[in-house]
Amino acid sequence: MAITLDQTIGQKQQSWLSEKLASQTFWVLVAVVLACIFLSFATDSFATSKNLYNITRNVTFVAIIALGMTLVIITGGIDLSVGSVLCLCSMILGVVMHAGYSIEVGIAASIATALAVGAFHGLLIAYIGMPPFVVTLGTLSIARSLAMVASGNTVVFQFGPDHDKLLALGGGAWLFGIANPVLYMIVLALLTGFVLRWTKFGRHVYAIGGNEHAATLTGVPVKPIKVAVYMISSLSAGIAGIIQTGWLGAITTNIGTGLELQVIAAAVIGGAALAGGVGTAFGALVGAALIEVIRNSLGLLGINAFWQGCFIGGAILLAVLFDRLRKFRQSD
Amino acid sequence: MAVLELINISKHFGAIQAVSDVSISIEAGEVVGLMGDNGAGKSTLVKMIAGNFRPSHGSMRMDGTELNLHKPVEARQHGIEIVYQDLALCNNLTAAANVFLGRELRRGFGPFRILDYATMYRRAGQIFAELKSETRPRDLVKQMSGGQRQAVAIARTRLSEAKIVLMDEPTAAISVRQIAEVLNLIRHLRDQGIAVVLISHRMPDVFDVADRVIVMRRGRKVADKRIEASSPEEVTGLITGAIEQVV
Repeated sequence: MAITLDQTIGQKQQSWLSEKLASQTFWVLVAVVLACIFLSFATDSFATSKNLYNITRNVTFVAIIALGMTLVIITGGIDLSVGSVLCLCSMILGVVMHAGYSIEVGIAASIATALAVGAFHGLLIAYIGMPPFVVTLGTLSIARSLAMVASGNTVVFQFGPDHDKLLALGGGAWLFGIANPVLYMIVLALLTGFVLRWTKFGRHVYAIGGNEHAATLTGVPVKPIKVAVYMISSLSAGIAGIIQTGWLGAITTNIGTGLELQVIAAAVIGGAALAGGVGTAFGALVGAALIEVIRNSLGLLGINAFWQGCFIGGAILLAVLFDRLRKFRQSD
Repeated sequence: MAVLELINISKHFGAIQAVSDVSISIEAGEVVGLMGDNGAGKSTLVKMIAGNFRPSHGSMRMDGTELNLHKPVEARQHGIEIVYQDLALCNNLTAAANVFLGRELRRGFGPFRILDYATMYRRAGQIFAELKSETRPRDLVKQMSGGQRQAVAIARTRLSEAKIVLMDEPTAAISVRQIAEVLNLIRHLRDQGIAVVLISHRMPDVFDVADRVIVMRRGRKVADKRIEASSPEEVTGLITGAIEQVV
């Protein structure tokens, strides 16, 4: 029987369903849903609107940065500086607004700072050829130190004439009682997902992670794309910083400490491979959600908070272990 | 008329003379086997044609006009396509995505242009059919055989109106059945009037598919003759230096 060209072109290795079943993201999502169902029955307080409001809002800060981090990880890089960049951007916002400038100026200064840090990373990594781990480890230290310099290591909690606008930005909930940060997260996730799937830029991000040498040989502008990816990562940290400032209403120089590890954990649990070439925006959200549900549930179930690290660490190992086992089976 | 002419090309890296005074002329629809031991200057020669290196002396002509290449992208613009030894494929992408890598098709207008998946799958499928390859556009390269991977790399050269395709060791490290597949791909290119330069260590492949064989030793061209006028024994002698030179 002759096979027409259309059949060949239409043919895939796996059906849509089996492809989904084979993805790490899908199983992590299942875990999140099961955990939520279990917690709804096991505790009285989980499925309350107040708790859900808290969970969804807490998830956003890690999730937004995990979106940017996922892009970096897909190219085969890493960005350890996001926690410090978040702190620096919050502090710049706070200091500028405290000095009497409007919220627009504050946000512009904050975003400009984030982009500058990201461009600095990108230039050192793409053009000078320094390892991403080392470069961003350097700025992990530098950015926090700059935040201390900018603020004189004090707590900023008065944001000038636009004080209330800032608090409304991060703390409000104008749509069906969904916290504003959650709305920002959804918009950013859709945007990231679109860029990865439908744009030339997104395709090139995957290509660089798959085989950087091949990408260079086929004319992909590898270096500019790497710079852009690190700028997006820092930008996501900056945006999270701005929103978090509005929510907390105060900035100390230790916010975002250790956040980079949570963000990387979220991306990895969501299916991004540190070796590069694999990852999705949706995965970043699901990974962040799992971490937050674990944290939240331990509190509700009355388990000592000291155990939190064990559970989150266990989730990282399990997610990646599952993926390994599946690949062992495939290669047999 | 020759598609590509190299006229007294030399290349030295400091004191090392990698290629000295080589002249080659390649016709359309001709398969030329380029042979030589490691360090004979084959790769350097190919890299000059591909735009990776600039010749120290001599000139290159494409269809009779002077060719000055500064970057690999310029070679491609002139109709020179290269199939790299490592194939330059991304394992995490589909066959179609690899074929169109760096030359993605998009639809829409202005800044709102999105990847045109449908057309890319269709076009890639057509090229694979033309090449008589069983490769499927939506398959991930990760799960492909060596022959299919070659087909993907070769399919890239069919996107533009390539006049000459340089293939660096396409049959190294693949199975016997897959070698036959790759040699067939080369014949298909030739039948479409494309000149193919096949860099290979494998004598049987060159004698199977090439019209002409060029042998290099220590940066010099030591033989350039019709394949039927030569023999594997003679070529071996030329490569090792047992035979000094033939005209």
